[in-house]
Amino acid sequence: MIEVKKLVKRFGLKTVLSGLDFQVEEGEFVALLGPNGAGKTTFLRILASLARPSMGEIRIAGYRLPAQAAAVRRRLGVVSHMPLLYGDLTAEENLIFFGQMYAVPRLAPRIDEVLELVGLTARRRDLLRTFSRGMQQRLAIGRAVLHDPEVMLFDEPHTGLDQDACDMLDKILRDVAARGRTVVMTSHDLARVEDLASRFDVLSRGVIAASVRRSDIRRNGLLAFYRQSLEEA
Amino acid sequence: MKRNPSSITHHASRITHHSPLGSFLRAVTAIAWKDLAAELRSRELLSAMLVFALLVILIFNFALELDFKTRSTVTAGVLWVTFAFAGTLGLNRSMAIEKDRGCLDGLLLAPVDRSVIYFGKAISNLVFMFIVEAIVLPVYSVLYNTNLFNLGLIGVILLGSVGYVAVGTLLASMAVQARTRDVLLPILLFPVVLPVLVAAVKASNGLLQGLEMAEIMPWLNLLIVYDVIFIAIAFMVFDYVVEE
Repeated sequence: MIEVKKLVKRFGLKTVLSGLDFQVEEGEFVALLGPNGAGKTTFLRILASLARPSMGEIRIAGYRLPAQAAAVRRRLGVVSHMPLLYGDLTAEENLIFFGQMYAVPRLAPRIDEVLELVGLTARRRDLLRTFSRGMQQRLAIGRAVLHDPEVMLFDEPHTGLDQDACDMLDKILRDVAARGRTVVMTSHDLARVEDLASRFDVLSRGVIAASVRRSDIRRNGLLAFYRQSLEEA
Repeated sequence: MKRNPSSITHHASRITHHSPLGSFLRAVTAIAWKDLAAELRSRELLSAMLVFALLVILIFNFALELDFKTRSTVTAGVLWVTFAFAGTLGLNRSMAIEKDRGCLDGLLLAPVDRSVIYFGKAISNLVFMFIVEAIVLPVYSVLYNTNLFNLGLIGVILLGSVGYVAVGTLLASMAVQARTRDVLLPILLFPVVLPVLVAAVKASNGLLQGLEMAEIMPWLNLLIVYDVIFIAIAFMVFDYVVEE
């Protein structure tokens, strides 16, 4: 579903990604781990077609980036630590707007479904700026799944959320994954992603330094694997 | 965890296929509607533009203390300085709202041609400019005791505003990426938009002075040409301006 070969991203003289190879099968949930500044967000922004790679080859759902970016974006849902929503619109108006941008048919019943999924039906007519951070993040997930994308990209979605909001977000993430979507999520919170992902990749020094499946993790411990990967990188 | 086939069929049914022009116009309208609906609630942008514009004409009124004849010669200049300064405030704010909450990324993620974002933002910026101009003109008429209700003048104001917003929306999208965006926008904008402002001032002045149309037409033609050029350039380069 996602295939990345020899990806390089430079900002001026600084090389953030240096020949990164990455592959995700359909329906996989991959947690992309790494310390701050490892290039996780840059990598996800390139996959989301928000940034242009300096070199390398990227294919998502069979479409090339950046050449076929619009076709890729149609198949992507992106959630970052910012909600990407408008504070002066209601929850429903935000979804109507993004539904129109994605040309979602039968938009009204789809919005009902999505609001139900993220547990915000009762607040649909309230302005987004009156929502707590956790509720905004739930609506951000609603925005991202509105057009029923095949691939979901989550960039540190738990940032700034309290424990209850994190638990509710995890429940939604499990639900999103259970519907067969391919998911890539960046995080530096190992405990949070341990039960969610089916595979863990460690990004360090601009490349994928190590990769392990969850079944193997249970024997070794994710924290130990992560530390060892960073030491060896 | 494989995606089940019914889910894929479900997905396919979720995407509507309109004609390219139909989809383009629908998305442009959605962006403009979103900006207008949000502004109707917050009134943050319009109130700033309006207060600023009224203060500028009030300050000019007291600072210049001109006789009636001289007043009529400076009217076009004062009006366009007011529109340009108030417009800069609006352009800055309109893009800052997108950038500060990460909404610009939300727009850039949509599977539409990115010029849709440019046209949607330009239309809403133009509406805000028109609203401010519609309020400033009668206030100016009263303060300066000058009749501005002239169809020709209104036409020039429309054309000048289109050119100003066309280039302003593009440059505001560039400036918003910088930390010093508030300072950067006027520095980038005024040199580029100068031909539009000069043509608009000259044409407005000609109309207010009652000059022959033959003397005004070159300035009007220049305005139309610049409007077309600026819109065409923005259409071609907007994608590169907003991408990292």
